[in-house]
Amino acid sequence: MIGLSHFLILAAVLFAISVAGIFLNRKNIIIILMSIELMLLAVNINFVAFSHFLQNLDGQIFVFFILTVAAAESAIGLAILVCLFRNLRSINVDDVGQLRG
Amino acid sequence: MTYETVVFYVLAAIIVGSGLAVIFSRNAVHAALALVLSFFTASGIWLLLGAEFLAVSLILVYVGAVMVLFLFVVMMLDINIARMKEGYWNYLLPGLVVAGILLAEMILVLGGRHFGSDGAITFGLNIGESNTRSLGRLLYTQYIYAFEIAAVILLVAIVAAIGLTMRKRKDNKYVDPSVQFLAKKEDRVRLVSMPPEPKKARGDV
Repeated sequence: MIGLSHFLILAAVLFAISVAGIFLNRKNIIIILMSIELMLLAVNINFVAFSHFLQNLDGQIFVFFILTVAAAESAIGLAILVCLFRNLRSINVDDVGQLRG
Repeated sequence: MTYETVVFYVLAAIIVGSGLAVIFSRNAVHAALALVLSFFTASGIWLLLGAEFLAVSLILVYVGAVMVLFLFVVMMLDINIARMKEGYWNYLLPGLVVAGILLAEMILVLGGRHFGSDGAITFGLNIGESNTRSLGRLLYTQYIYAFEIAAVILLVAIVAAIGLTMRKRKDNKYVDPSVQFLAKKEDRVRLVSMPPEPKKARGDV
């Protein structure tokens, strides 16, 4: 028997994996962006599961907008990454310290 | 064990395995391919939940566009993997601790009967209109403003991505429309008055 909590726990496992991925690959901006995409996927699984469980389509509308914003975010993130690589010849997070924050 | 239970567990195992492959793979290309696999599997899970339109659009938008963009960038940049990987295992322990605590908290809240979410989900064909039709009806009536804002967000993303990555080339020949527009007839053509040439017979060279 599959319940709602099965899907929620699957999404929680996926979210925890991507949090660990940000910790592990903290020098590689590309892998960090991929981990963020994985996090958004986990959240979307939650939305779709609740939408099915409650028989309400608003959750799927939210997933639609999250997909849109995530696509825009990754496009801009990768453009910034390409810019960064042109200027620094590296995408290591340690090399990006011009603002001295 | 019904058929849906088996499908769910198989898909869940694949998605967790590919998620682990994303964060543990040494090569960024392998990580991107594992992420493609996890998106594909997630769309299978959404199909199981009856969200057909979103499952198809996840494959079209993510596997077709975003992950291809990722792969493109990964292959275009020349990344020094050895330097990226130094100190990789130093943060394994804090990462695992944070992720483990996060997971334990979420399982405590979400699992079991406290949350009231352990009711069975009924799978199967829903009678009535299709998922795409009802989603479209909702999207174009109640959420029409949000939909248009999403379109503007995509436009801004296009402009920002092109504006960030475009470079001017010095040897590039291009047309300046304002200069073109300001050009007068007198700047280009000079009419001179001269006596007419004598008419030649046809065939003479």
